[in-house]
Amino acid sequence: MAVHRPTDPRALEPATVAFVCVLGWLMPGAGHLWLRRSERGLVFLVALSAMFVLGLTLEGRLFPFELSQPLVALAAAANLGSGGLYFGAWALGYGGGTVVAPSYEYGNTFLIAAGLLNLLVVIDAFDTALGRK
Amino acid sequence: MQSHLLLLVVFAALVSAVFAALQREDPRDQVRLGLLLFASFVGAALVAGWLMFPFPLGAR
Repeated sequence: MAVHRPTDPRALEPATVAFVCVLGWLMPGAGHLWLRRSERGLVFLVALSAMFVLGLTLEGRLFPFELSQPLVALAAAANLGSGGLYFGAWALGYGGGTVVAPSYEYGNTFLIAAGLLNLLVVIDAFDTALGRK
Repeated sequence: MQSHLLLLVVFAALVSAVFAALQREDPRDQVRLGLLLFASFVGAALVAGWLMFPFPLGAR
């Protein structure tokens, strides 16, 4: 798929809008950076990446999809919102979580919030790509 | 990092920055909303903490 980077976001085609959303999901803020919204993109990139890394540092857990435990499955869906960071951490063996660590719940909160906020950022990139913002 | 207050402040700062960048276009408005959200997060947590103070943990 050849993706051309237009100067006017309002000229984006559906395939390009989808590309922007996937890009923003894979790396926080990348969709905005691609749309030349550099300041916003950098804020999202730094803040959400920092939240994710802090969550792992605080020994939080990247939850697995266990449909038998609905709350765990919901947490896993929220974690998945971090996109590329989630898969990168999973591939490197991080995110196992240490339940007995005092900071475990804090780590989970940072990881879940980072994923959910990144989904909001993707929706914002979608609106921006369509020229709504 | 074991300080609850420090973790609260870091979390509030990062979430406030993201929400401010999402909700406002003008940089000055973003800073204003970010500071307001940050103060609200920290203030609400401190108020909630004081409200819970009369209820001792593990009371029988």
